[in-house]
Amino acid sequence: MGSFAGGGLPPDDVVVTALRAGDEAMFATLLDTWSGGMLRVARSYVSTDHSAEEVVQDTWLAVIGGIDGFEGRSSVKTWVYRILVNTAKKRGVRESRTLPWSAFEQDGVPVTEFGTGDGWKEAAAVWPSPEGEALASEVRRLIAEALGRLPPRQRIVITLRDVEGCTSDEVCEILEISAANQRVLLHRARTTVRGRLAGYFESVKQPE
Amino acid sequence: MKAVNVVKRFTCDELVELITAYLDDALDQPEREGVQVHLAACAGCGRHFEQFRATIDALGDPLPEKLPTDVRDRLMSAFRERHRP
Ligand SMILES: [Zn+2]
Repeated sequence: MGSFAGGGLPPDDVVVTALRAGDEAMFATLLDTWSGGMLRVARSYVSTDHSAEEVVQDTWLAVIGGIDGFEGRSSVKTWVYRILVNTAKKRGVRESRTLPWSAFEQDGVPVTEFGTGDGWKEAAAVWPSPEGEALASEVRRLIAEALGRLPPRQRIVITLRDVEGCTSDEVCEILEISAANQRVLLHRARTTVRGRLAGYFESVKQPE
Repeated sequence: MKAVNVVKRFTCDELVELITAYLDDALDQPEREGVQVHLAACAGCGRHFEQFRATIDALGDPLPEKLPTDVRDRLMSAFRERHRP
């Protein structure tokens, strides 16, 4: 699980006090714990690795500049991720890669794997457990590809929830969407990714 | 009329649309029990449900990502600069 589940951090008040006092070790810990996940989230909005790195860098610079004014109305990580998402959105719009948020309503069209021809029931076989390293890396590659093809809002929600391990409440707060909306986007995204994996496992199935 | 012990019945098509809500514990009790009853009785939906969960597990195991060293160094200096006495 990604950054949010990466437990080991002290409570927020300790983190905030340390950052305000200029505790470099604490800042380094946050950087190393969260930046990987932040890169993945940034990639949902911008087109290149370089842009994603800049978004994460600009986010941390804003955190450094803003920590004295942090009011603790949300958790530190939610605050950081909100800055990240806002930074990434602006950057994405500038790159014209992402559409304005309001244009994403087309995500609401129920496109599921049911429409792709192979009914889910026929494909509902038992999957091999991805024990082998080769299988695991192939599954990761497929997932990365599937995420890249999702409509933007679905991609950001499934990345925050399932890849980074945010709770439903955290995602709603970061993206300022309702719980119901969040769930619909997440379910569509998961359904698509499951369909992609099912197709793969079907294609590599050993003849019985 | 008491709502207790009421179990909702779902078709397979309805059931698969409820999995995320079920996993998030966002269903009311008759719905939740309806999902459980259906999953226990329907092999196709049971496997679909397991695949759904396997998908979520796989999503949570991505390749590790790291900030490039030069970016990390730059950020550490920025932090240090800010707090220089
Ligand atoms: Zn069924």
